Amino acid sequence: MALLKKRNKREAEIPSSSMADIAFLLLIFFLVTTTIDADKGIYTQLPPKLDEQEPPEIRQRNLLNVLVAADGNVLVDNELTQISQIRPLVKRHVLNNGQDPDLSESPQKAVVSFKTERGLRYDTYIEVLDELKSAYNDLRDDYAQQLAGVDYGVYRTRLGEDDEDEVKAAIPVKLSLAEPDPG
Amino acid sequence: MSAHFKKKSANTKQEIPTASLPDIIFMLLIFFMVTTVLRETELKVRVNIPSAEAVQKIDQKRLIQYIYIGPEQLEGGGVGEAAVQVNDDIVEDLPDVRQAMYRRMLEEPATIVSLRVDNEVETGLLYDVQQELREAEALRINYSTNRDAE
Repeated sequence: MALLKKRNKREAEIPSSSMADIAFLLLIFFLVTTTIDADKGIYTQLPPKLDEQEPPEIRQRNLLNVLVAADGNVLVDNELTQISQIRPLVKRHVLNNGQDPDLSESPQKAVVSFKTERGLRYDTYIEVLDELKSAYNDLRDDYAQQLAGVDYGVYRTRLGEDDEDEVKAAIPVKLSLAEPDPG
Repeated sequence: MSAHFKKKSANTKQEIPTASLPDIIFMLLIFFMVTTVLRETELKVRVNIPSAEAVQKIDQKRLIQYIYIGPEQLEGGGVGEAAVQVNDDIVEDLPDVRQAMYRRMLEEPATIVSLRVDNEVETGLLYDVQQELREAEALRINYSTNRDAE
């Protein structure tokens, strides 16, 4: 009899007052961690308005002209080139360091000018621009590998607030989106 | 007399039942999940963006201003002439792009203009839009692309 009484007294409830807090925590956790997919693409900077300043004089040897005709033919320094050949040509131009008299004096001075005819389709435009960008990315990766043994992306995350980005200083991306040719 | 009152108040349960609070909050959560519509601009032009390899991610969604360029979608289902869309409307005159960007730059000087351009658009139109962007001094641009599968 005494045993039965004891069993009746036992509480069978789970404390549920903190369930609400748990639910709130979950809610807040998902609110904070959810990012609606950000945009991605090829980032560039347009040149400023023309009337503000005269465009700087660039010596002919430092300039690599990439011209794309409306039918998709690519001319690099006036020579017909396959799109896949652009990348090595740009690399050679930038890393010339004054060896070949027709190519750049130093990576800091090398400029790649990208021009297309107005009739060109946008996907070819992006294809060529992608090659140019990739060439610079490869060069920066190589330089960062020599400097720190890692790719440029990793190198950059390791930089502190005040550290100088040596890779960026050594290989600046000088990509000129020139005025389009009429026609 | 006073003893009588005292006894009565001591008997009253003072706890609020909290067992159903989580259910209430879950209901709220589900209500908002169901009713929330992520606001997306309604596209009036067809935009199939190209893929590229040297792709960068733009983290600051706040800074992005989209410009859509592509063939206009007609009501019959076909596509018409290439057109430029900023925010919700197709831009009739290209100088209006400059106006819109100029206003946007006043609000947020670090704006990145993301160009979502259809594969088949001719670059001539793109250049015209870029000239307008230069006039508005919105110089930071992004050619929106997919990442290459390879």
